[in-house]
Amino acid sequence: MSTMTLSRAINSGLRKALEDDPKVVLMGEDIGKLGGVFRVTDGLQKDFGAHRVMDTPLAEAGIIGTAVGLAYRGYRPVCEIQFDGFIYPGFDQIVTQVAKLHYRTGGAVKMPITIRVPFGGGIGAVEHHSESPEAYFTHTSGLRVVSCSNPQDAHTMVRQAIASDDPVLFFEPKRRYWTKGEVNEEITADTLSLESAAVVNSGNDVTLVSFGPLVATARDAAIAASDEGVSVEVIDLRSLSPIDFATIEASVRKTGRLVITHEAQQFGGLGAEIAASITQRCFYYLEAAPERVTGFDTPYPAAKLEDHFLPNLDRMLDAVDRVMGKDNSLSNWKGQ
Amino acid sequence: MSSVDDGGLVQLLSPTGERVKNADYDSWVEDVDDAQLKSLYEDMVVVRRIDTEATALQRQGELGLWPPLLGQEAAQIGSGRTLREDDFVFGSYRENGVAYCRGVDYTDIMRVWRGNAHAGWNPYDINMAPSQVIIGAQTLHATGYALGCQQDGVDTVAISYFGDGATSQGDVNEAMIFAASYQAPVVFFCQNNQWAISEPVGLQARTPIAGRAPGFGIPSMRVDGNDVLAVMAATRIALDRARSGNGPTFIEAVTYRMGPHTTSDDPSRYVDVLEREDWQVKDPIVRVEAYLKSKDLLTEEFQAGVKAKADDVAKKIRAGTLNMEEPDALSVFDNVYSTSSSWLDRQKNQYSHYLQSFEGGH
Ligand SMILES: Cc1ncc(C[n+]2csc(CCOP(=O)(O)OP(=O)(O)O)c2C)c(N)n1
Ligand SMILES: [Mg+2]
Repeated sequence: MSTMTLSRAINSGLRKALEDDPKVVLMGEDIGKLGGVFRVTDGLQKDFGAHRVMDTPLAEAGIIGTAVGLAYRGYRPVCEIQFDGFIYPGFDQIVTQVAKLHYRTGGAVKMPITIRVPFGGGIGAVEHHSESPEAYFTHTSGLRVVSCSNPQDAHTMVRQAIASDDPVLFFEPKRRYWTKGEVNEEITADTLSLESAAVVNSGNDVTLVSFGPLVATARDAAIAASDEGVSVEVIDLRSLSPIDFATIEASVRKTGRLVITHEAQQFGGLGAEIAASITQRCFYYLEAAPERVTGFDTPYPAAKLEDHFLPNLDRMLDAVDRVMGKDNSLSNWKGQ
Repeated sequence: MSSVDDGGLVQLLSPTGERVKNADYDSWVEDVDDAQLKSLYEDMVVVRRIDTEATALQRQGELGLWPPLLGQEAAQIGSGRTLREDDFVFGSYRENGVAYCRGVDYTDIMRVWRGNAHAGWNPYDINMAPSQVIIGAQTLHATGYALGCQQDGVDTVAISYFGDGATSQGDVNEAMIFAASYQAPVVFFCQNNQWAISEPVGLQARTPIAGRAPGFGIPSMRVDGNDVLAVMAATRIALDRARSGNGPTFIEAVTYRMGPHTTSDDPSRYVDVLEREDWQVKDPIVRVEAYLKSKDLLTEEFQAGVKAKADDVAKKIRAGTLNMEEPDALSVFDNVYSTSSSWLDRQKNQYSHYLQSFEGGH
C-alpha cells in the first residue's frame, strides 16, 4: 500500500502492464518525453523505450487505426487521447473497426485495445477540453466502457482494461487526477472485476448512481443528506458498458428511489438507459419516478458558466428531495 | 527507383502482347519463365470466371451483392502472386482475386456476399483481413500491422489495397504519414480503376495519384495495372524495399473497372461507351494471351486445361454457395465480446423465449 494521486496510480498501472506483457505498447500524442499533457505516462518512455511508448503523429484516426493493425499482429495497444473533445477524429475507427472486428470475424481477431481518455469538466478549460462523450461509446456494441473515480480503481482498472481481450474505453476523471488515496498494487482473486459496480456508501432511502468525477460529489451529497435524516446509498458504476444492473437493482429494491448523475448531457445519455432499465426491472418497488442530475442539453459552455452546467452537491440534494417527496426547487413549478 | 509523377506508366507487356524492355524493372521479372507465365494466365482466367459465376449467382438471387473485379485481374494476380505466405493483406471489398492468390476456400469468398457472415474466412488462415467496406480504413490497419512486424524484428510485410476514391480519405493520408514517420514495412497498392462508383478519378485527384506519395516521403511507382508483369515487378520492388528495412512504397496500378461498381450499379448513367471501348483493347488477359501465342505457348491443350480449371472452380463456387449453411438465429448474439456479458445474455435469453413462443418455434 502506498499513497498516490489518481494520475500516479494510472502511471503505476501502465508501468505494471508494460512490465507484465511485452506486447503492451503505449501510443499517443506527447506521451513520450513530455509524459503526456497530464503527465500520466511520465517516465515510461525513458524506462521502456520509444518503441513501447510511442509518440505518434498528431492524428487520432491514425492512432486508433494503427492500433487496430498492431492488435491484428498480437499487440495490446494502449492509446492516449489527449482530451475528450479530440476523440472525434478517431471516432470512425473506434466505431467501425475496433468495436466490430471481433464480431465481424466470428471471434477470430481480438481487439485488446485500451483507449484512455481524460474526460469531464471542472478545470476551467477552453472549448473541447471538458466533454463527457461516454454515451457515444456505450451506444456502440462491442466496446467496454469504464470510468474510475479513485486512485485504487484507477490503478487496478487500467491494468484490467489492458489485460482484457476486448476493446476498452477508459475514461479518466481529469479534475480528480490530483486526488490522493491508498493504492494496493497487487491484483488478487478478491480484486473487484472490471464489470462490477461498487456500493461506496450504504443507505436505505435513495440510490444515487454516479461514476468518474461525480462519485466524490455524490458521496458528499450523501453526507449532507444524512444531516437531514435521509439515508443515501451511493453506487459507483465503474463499468458504463456493460452496466452491472444487478447491483443497482438490489439497491433500488431496498431504497425504492433512484437518482442518476453524470456530467454528460441528459438526452439519450446513460441516465436514460439506467432509468428505463431499472424502472422495468423494479417497477413495483419504486416510490417515485427516477430522477436525473446531469449537464444541460447544450454544448459544454465557457469556463465561467461551467459551474451552472455541472451537477453539484446542491443539485443532487434537490433531486434527492424530489424523489423523497420533499420540498424542492420544482415544488411550485407550473411549467410544462 | 524513380518517383514517377509525370504521368508516365511503367509497362512491360504492351496491349498487343509485345514484351517492352525496361532497364529498371526487367530484372524483377527475370525469373518469370514459360511455366510461370502460363500459371499467371491461368489465375487471371480463373478469377475472371469466378467473377462471371458470382455475377450470375447474384442475378439468380443467390447472392445479395457482388463487386466485380472484371478488368483488374492483372493488378490483383500480378501483386497477389508476389506475396509471401507470412505477408499480411488488408484489402477492400474488391480484392477477391488477391484472396484467390492467398489460397482462400472458394466458397468462403461468397459468404459475405450471400449475407451469411461479415467475414468469409479466418484472417489468420490465409493472412488476409476480411473485406473492408469503410473506404480507406484498412490502410491504417496495414500500417499498424507493419509496425508490429518491425517491432517483432521479422521481414514480414503488410500490403494494403485500396481504390482511387479511397485516396481522398483522411485515413489513407494518415496511414502514409504514420508509415513514412516510422518507416513501416508496408506497401500501399492503389488500384486506380478510374471510377469511385460514378465519380471519375479526376474528382479525387487533379494530377496522377502516384505523385502524392513522394510528398509524404514515400517513393511511388505508376504502373500499367493491366500488365501483369509490370505489376509483379513493381510489387516485388516495393516488397523488397520493405523487407530490407527501407520503409513504405506507394504503387498506383492504372487499370479500369470494366463492369459496374457492384451488381446494384448502373454505369450506363455515367460511363461513356467509347471510354469503355478504349479500355477494352487494353484487356489484361488478352495481352498475355497474345504474348503466350507469340511464344507458341497457347496450345489447344493448354487452353483446354485452363478452361477445365475455371469451370471446376465455378462449379465448386456454385455448389458451395447453394449449399451454404444458414446461420443459426441466436448466433446474432455471438462474439460481441470475447467473454459473455450478462446484459447480452439476458437479451439473448429473452429473444430465444420469443422465438419459442411461436408454434413449432425455434
Ligand atoms: C467511408 C465510406 N464512404 C462511402 C462509401 C460508399 N462507397 C462504397 S465503394 C465507394 C467507391 C470507392 O471507390 P474506390 O476507392 O475507387 O474503389 P473501387 O470501388 O473503385 O474499387 C463508395 C463511395 C463507403 N463504403 N465508405
Ligand atoms: Mg475506383
